[in-house]
Amino acid sequence: MKDTIYRSHVLICTGTGCVSSGAKNIKHELQDELADNDLKNEIKIVETGCHGFCEKGPIMVVYPEGVFYCQVKEEDVSEIVEEHLLKGRIVERLLFKEPMTEESIPSYEDIDFYKKQHRIALANCGKINPESINEYIANGGYEAAGKALTQMTPEEIIKEVKEAGLRGRGGGGFPTGLKWQFAFDNNSDKKYVICNADEGDPGAFMDRSVLEGDPHRIIEGMLINAYAIGADEGYVYVRAEYPLAIDRLQKAIDAAEDLGLLGEDIFGSGFNFNLHIKKGAGAFVCGEETALMASIEGKRGMPNPRPPYPAEKGLWGKPTNINNVETLANIPYIINEGSEVFSSIGTENSKGTKVFALTGKIKNTGLVEVPMGTTLQEVVYDIGGGLTDDKDFKAIQTGGPSGGCIPEDYLALPIDYDSLIEVGAMMGSGGMVVMDDSTCMVDVARFFLSFTQSESCGKCTPCREGTKRMLEILNRICDGEGKDGDIRLLEQLGEHIKDTALCGLGQTAPNPVLSTLQYFRNEYEAHIYDNKCPAGVCEELAASFTINIDSCIGCGQCVKVCPVDAISKGDGKYYIIDEEVCISCGACAKKCPVDAIFQG
Amino acid sequence: MEKVTLTIDQQKVEVEKGTTVLEAAKEVGIDVPSLCYHPDLTLHGACRVCVVENVEDESLMASCVSPVREGMEISTRSMKARRARRRNVELLLANHPNDCLGCDRNGTCELQDITHSLGITQKDIEEISGEVREVPKDETGPALKRDPNKCILCGRCVRVCEEVQGVSALQFSNRGFDSIVTTAFDLPQSEINCANCGQCATVCPVGAITEVSEIQKVWNAIEDEDVHVVAQTAPSIQATIGEEFGYKPGTVVTGELVSALRKLGFDSVFSTEFTADLTILEEGTEFLERLIENKNLPHITSCCPGWVKYAEHNYSDLLNHLSTAKSPQQMFSALSKTYYAESTNIDPKDIYTVSIMPCTAKKFEKDREEINASNLKDTDAVLTTRELARMIKEVGIQFENLNKEEYDELMGKHTGAGTIFGTTGGVAEAAVRTVKEKLTGEELERLNLGFKGINEAEVEIGDRTIKVAIANGLRNAESLLDEVRAGESDYHFIEVMACPHGCVGGGGQPLPINEKHKELRSEGLTNTDENSVVRKSHENPMIKKLYEEFLDEPNSERAHELLHTTFKCRQKN
Amino acid sequence: MKSLEDLREMRKEVEKEMQTRKNTNKPKVIIGMGTCGIAAGAREILQAVMEEMDKRDLDIEVTQTGCIGMCEKEPLMDVKLPGKDRITYGNLDKEDVKRIIVNHVINGNVVDELVIARLEE
Repeated sequence: MKDTIYRSHVLICTGTGCVSSGAKNIKHELQDELADNDLKNEIKIVETGCHGFCEKGPIMVVYPEGVFYCQVKEEDVSEIVEEHLLKGRIVERLLFKEPMTEESIPSYEDIDFYKKQHRIALANCGKINPESINEYIANGGYEAAGKALTQMTPEEIIKEVKEAGLRGRGGGGFPTGLKWQFAFDNNSDKKYVICNADEGDPGAFMDRSVLEGDPHRIIEGMLINAYAIGADEGYVYVRAEYPLAIDRLQKAIDAAEDLGLLGEDIFGSGFNFNLHIKKGAGAFVCGEETALMASIEGKRGMPNPRPPYPAEKGLWGKPTNINNVETLANIPYIINEGSEVFSSIGTENSKGTKVFALTGKIKNTGLVEVPMGTTLQEVVYDIGGGLTDDKDFKAIQTGGPSGGCIPEDYLALPIDYDSLIEVGAMMGSGGMVVMDDSTCMVDVARFFLSFTQSESCGKCTPCREGTKRMLEILNRICDGEGKDGDIRLLEQLGEHIKDTALCGLGQTAPNPVLSTLQYFRNEYEAHIYDNKCPAGVCEELAASFTINIDSCIGCGQCVKVCPVDAISKGDGKYYIIDEEVCISCGACAKKCPVDAIFQG
Repeated sequence: MEKVTLTIDQQKVEVEKGTTVLEAAKEVGIDVPSLCYHPDLTLHGACRVCVVENVEDESLMASCVSPVREGMEISTRSMKARRARRRNVELLLANHPNDCLGCDRNGTCELQDITHSLGITQKDIEEISGEVREVPKDETGPALKRDPNKCILCGRCVRVCEEVQGVSALQFSNRGFDSIVTTAFDLPQSEINCANCGQCATVCPVGAITEVSEIQKVWNAIEDEDVHVVAQTAPSIQATIGEEFGYKPGTVVTGELVSALRKLGFDSVFSTEFTADLTILEEGTEFLERLIENKNLPHITSCCPGWVKYAEHNYSDLLNHLSTAKSPQQMFSALSKTYYAESTNIDPKDIYTVSIMPCTAKKFEKDREEINASNLKDTDAVLTTRELARMIKEVGIQFENLNKEEYDELMGKHTGAGTIFGTTGGVAEAAVRTVKEKLTGEELERLNLGFKGINEAEVEIGDRTIKVAIANGLRNAESLLDEVRAGESDYHFIEVMACPHGCVGGGGQPLPINEKHKELRSEGLTNTDENSVVRKSHENPMIKKLYEEFLDEPNSERAHELLHTTFKCRQKN
Repeated sequence: MKSLEDLREMRKEVEKEMQTRKNTNKPKVIIGMGTCGIAAGAREILQAVMEEMDKRDLDIEVTQTGCIGMCEKEPLMDVKLPGKDRITYGNLDKEDVKRIIVNHVINGNVVDELVIARLEE
């Protein structure tokens, strides 16, 4: 039997998320089971990239039915083989259950998390074997590059990308076609294209997922980009903390070279293009394009003033175009489907889709790709399934550590570049953290600022020194030592850093503070003036616990768990808590069998 | 060249395209305060002190790195710009020791000046005060010491070391608030590939990098009645020290300098120009031999200790090209404890030799193990121009009211050739003067080697054409040396000075050191040469006397013993 | 690969690898794979189907089902063409499978003599 035809394909996600939850063992178990049942020639195991639903991993999809199994364990494998692969009976208990309806959904496409998505950049992720160039080609891969190189002029490509309205997905939102035009216009004997895969926002992993799940799409995007601006060499700058992405990308580059899709005279067009991987050492600031280029050149990753822009003087002084992974992942689609199809998706000034990394206090976390203009409401509730434990929504933080916090009032906001900026947040690379009412917004601002502060390259004064001072102020507010004037000083410093920092990192670093000051100022005031942390997060300010003497049954379990001996027997059978001693850890309240202990 | 018209503080100005806003502001008479900007270095845009306001959109920009655009309207003095500028200086001060009183750079500190002119008060700094950087100082260096806590991370030292010197001994390390400028792997200053040229100290706007001071040692020697203290002054000092006392750059104050040294208590005052003449005879003779035998060419000078250490680190395979003649400082010191001791009947053990140098690397040179000829330490102390000026100020000598005095004769008499050792191209010119005349009896017309980068000249000596090249700044030396290494160099004689412009731009010279100052200082020295009666080293009567009475002839056995040295291979770290 | 045509050729070639994962409106072949089916030789039937698929480049969906209670008629195989009735064949051998594939799956003609049940759409 030829190895091309199998009656069933079992797709096992081996993205980083599923691998860490045990996908590799499941694959080995499945191999063994298939061998034991003599199914090796009928059923093919396919390792895929990330499905975006890592929380439910390890994920397994069984074709031809397209049954979606989640949180599969090693011991489930024999059952899947016996029941599903041999007898055709779906293993119900491993299906995904909608959090809202408790309904089990067998098919991938019918799960709300996927149903509301529109996948362009992630189209192949989880559906093909990223290590097989054949599967990419079978799904129409390299068709766009072939078309671009043999049937289009660079000008036509740039025009198409411009008309598509594609904007940079890495954060800035600069029109991609215009960027290409600048690089095209600068004549030079040598030009470069760079793919920025230095994904550093905490919690964001869309770039990694695309590189792991569909590396050829990036190669194809870069190939088209290179041809359009006249570059013959490219770099993918990936952080070294993404070993799987690097491995798969390298295999993809090798495979493309073997087929002549990279190298000399590609598609017989006379166009040459070589691609290298450059591993970054994990500095957040290297996502900034001038710092990134310095890093490729072997220098310390520090931003340089612009102008000159990379399109004019980039890598090794040559005109260079830098695009983010997700941006490049959209290019083959635009060339294949045309700018009109692409620009029919999205809002007036933000076309196409955007991938978000949805995390926080939400039921369905993961990667979601939605059309621009989708509302926050839809993302949080329809796709994300609402908040965990059905708590109240407080805010959503978008744009990574440099983004802002958006309050409930704006849940109906259609997401695009401009609308987010208007409400004091930003698109960034697409991080979305959902917060419920147990989140302290001062603490949140402090968390994000401490990230940017420690990731500052230290070059310019406002970012290096200014963010440190802001962080010190936030620390003292959270520690209950905030002073009158601190809010004003935070605002002054924040605006100052925005206005005078050298690069995007510094200019946006104060955003989490400024946006929480805008929408949650009362929480700052409560910390400073009332000595209270309304969310009960800041330990030094947390309200102590009290025992309701009417409900207390005097079991004394609270006494046993109190770490500071703050609880003692009262006059009657009940217990009381000494406010002065209580550190508000809440251990007693958790232990109390009759819920007699409350905070405040 | 394309022109661009813009408005700065409501004045229209037309400048060349590519000019920065900061440079354009200078054209209309506005000096925008700045710290990381330095005219001789690449643009950095880090301190953000030079922010100005773009009137059109009310945005702020760092003027040092913003190119002008047609129709631009800039305010350097809007409230917004001034506030932002102040805030950035305040932020720097909030992470600075602010112990100005005890700082080496008190009075020449650019941060101090800006703080003063912006009117920043202690209260402003306290408002944003918090953690202050505390990292160990590095005082291991033989010539330079670093206090990273004073550093404002402007990166001028990093840039000068990399761009001008090609040494890259200093780099930024760590991130964010923990950023510092340090050596590779935080190695001590004494263990790295640093050439000790001190260019970092001259560009440092604050007191983060300074020379290792030897003032106290010298005072102790002067104070000790049993010690005979001898001074030698390097050729360039006479054209630079005046700046410390309010003279215009380039003013030659030789007589006042000699007088001041005597007033300070030095027992005899000599000039290193004397041994510069001697170097010419020793090195010239060596060069002639090499030329005739056609070996170890190109011949490369070795009088600059910064260059020598750089070569030992980076071109240890080419050390046989270096002249074995010691530097004038070391020749002088060797003679001070032999020839001078004999002539005056003073026990060499009681002689304390102090050299006044434009240079921080000379402090390192004096401690080289192989350099001592007299069985004692030849040079006991090296003072930079700045240190000497401080001693003069300490005891309140009114420099401008001093009488002009002459050097002591025995080792003070010198020629114009010795004088121009203090500027780039001078050594080459002095050497060729003597060599040409010795070989052909003809006098040399000026070589006129310029000051910038690499310069070359051809001299007809008899039927031979001698190709001479000079490099100032180690980055320039690198390209000449790479040619030598590749076997592609057709030069016969190469002069290398580690500092741009040679010793007038040395790491120990009065601050500020800029292109204009260096040019004027060089002019001062060349004018002195041109006005000298004796301009050829071999015609120096006291040199003749030295050979007759003590050394026999150039490159004699005794001369070799006292006046020549060896080099060693150093790690290229 | 030296032209766009080469790419398209290759795509045709490799698309087969992926057809199992594209399940929209394909003819379906369903094989009874309960214990009874397997005991009666369903695995051979399944293999025969797959050989035919491979030989004839068929883009069909092959799935299996458990015991449907007609154990004595095993091996059983259902064919469901898009928009047509689901036909159940029984008591099959490998030769029967070839006939069914050629006549029914490819040409749409039900092989009446092997039919044991018909489920209307």
